[in-house]
Amino acid sequence: MMTTTSAINFDIERIRADFPILDQEVNGRKLVYFDNAATTQKPVAVIEALMNYYRGYNANIHRGIHTLAEKATADFEASRRAVRDFLNAPSAEEIIFTSGTTMGINLVAQTYGRHFLRAGDEIIISGLEHHSNIVPWQMLAGEKGLTVRAIPVLENGELDMETYDSLLSDRTKIVAVNHASNSLGTVNPVKEIIAKAHAVGAVVLVDGAQASSHLEIDVQDLDVDFYAFSAHKLYGPTGIGALYGKRALLEAMPPYMGGGEMIKEVTFEKTTFNDLPYKFEAGTPNIADVVALKAALDYINAIGKSNISAYETHLLNYATEQVGQMDGIRIIGQAKEKISVLSFVLEGIHHQDIGIILDQQGIAVRTGHHCTQPVMDRFCILGTTRASFAIYNTIEEIDKLVAGLHRVKKLMA
Amino acid sequence: MTINETQDEIIEEFELFDDWEGKYEYIIDLGKKLAPFKEEFKTEDHIIKGCQSRVWLHAELNGDKVVFTADSDAIIVKGLISMLVKVLSGHTPEEIIQADLYFMERVGLQQHLAQTRSNGLASMLKQMKTYALAFSALKN
Repeated sequence: MMTTTSAINFDIERIRADFPILDQEVNGRKLVYFDNAATTQKPVAVIEALMNYYRGYNANIHRGIHTLAEKATADFEASRRAVRDFLNAPSAEEIIFTSGTTMGINLVAQTYGRHFLRAGDEIIISGLEHHSNIVPWQMLAGEKGLTVRAIPVLENGELDMETYDSLLSDRTKIVAVNHASNSLGTVNPVKEIIAKAHAVGAVVLVDGAQASSHLEIDVQDLDVDFYAFSAHKLYGPTGIGALYGKRALLEAMPPYMGGGEMIKEVTFEKTTFNDLPYKFEAGTPNIADVVALKAALDYINAIGKSNISAYETHLLNYATEQVGQMDGIRIIGQAKEKISVLSFVLEGIHHQDIGIILDQQGIAVRTGHHCTQPVMDRFCILGTTRASFAIYNTIEEIDKLVAGLHRVKKLMA
Repeated sequence: MTINETQDEIIEEFELFDDWEGKYEYIIDLGKKLAPFKEEFKTEDHIIKGCQSRVWLHAELNGDKVVFTADSDAIIVKGLISMLVKVLSGHTPEEIIQADLYFMERVGLQQHLAQTRSNGLASMLKQMKTYALAFSALKN
């Protein structure tokens, strides 16, 4: 194994040992998991947090006065504070637990969007968005007579910021963009996007699904209005995520769903809604996964985001160089700043064939349009092969990918 | 040859391969050799959309037998299609409707028919049976 990583203060063998799933064979080969942008694997600490909760103190939170309920409530709220710290949000009340990024975006579209936008208003998204950050706005636009505009994508996979300037106007009410692109890896200049949107009086939602495990997130420094992410993309469980929203906005927004927990008083004549964050958390929440989310955040914090991004950049640079020098490879997305996503097409070979042959060699990649059909249309392709790297991946594994791709070419020749 | 005889023949051919590479080489080769699909049939009516790859399927009645032709933009799927066409094409609608396709499982390619593959192959098989049903209904 290369030792160049030692300078980055990174004990890769120890980290790999934290992820039991990696220690297995797929189709007779040691698993190489490069589908991290879809979902990351879970460290023992997260798996144990889930198990400990169900084995030791499963109880419904907030209203119980018994010991288990108190312990479950304490851990649930401790996780909210951990998310606040993770995003550097001003207060824990501004953290709403959701089922994931998709729900966070839909919540903002259906409450803020529905309540405050009027026919003729405009929403700006970008050409790099996941379908999750396109469809909720289209649904809202269809319902209210709004227009959705998209910031175009340049040939290198970066956003066309000049056109963004010209799209902004006093009709712009919401700007919704991702912090990093899932299909190309582009890190978008969200701070600049936010400042410019604020200058015309629009609010900004940032889809942090891809960025949250790779980049430092500081919602105060960004001055972002809403920031959504999913736990399962940062070594946490599936089915849980969080939405940060500025207090004034969250307070002005109507509730999303009605039910238990989100109310103060209910009579048949009138219901008064609970305070933040509970106003947006109707029903018994996903307690176990919230508790385990904290274990994932603790795990990331213990390694340190700067170590993580330095190591992943090292992997990305090596992979870009090694895969990039193969004949017939076209790398899609060559932005100056990228998270560890390598998307490419191999001339004359369908991405699905590449995926099948790599799988035969134990290498898990993603192929297809990655739920970003507009990005594929932009580059006139049907899909790409995407290898995305996480903290437990190694240079050796990238060598296996390159060897695997050579084998694909040989078989398809 | 009956549908089952063709299936058994394919199973026998695959017994020759002792590793995945040989098997896939053979499938890729079948894909390359698949009879050309008429460009005029490459229309929206004939496409079976998968998340990953596209499949085109055309069926016509020749006497009392159904003749299938098909194509895909991905070569492995094309090879798999070629086997499905070989097994089912040239039989009566009733034979096709009643066919029990066991060869994919026996040669260890069952995963390609799974929905998670999203490659249109499972939908293609369904579509082949639907064509057979339609031809059978027309006849009666």
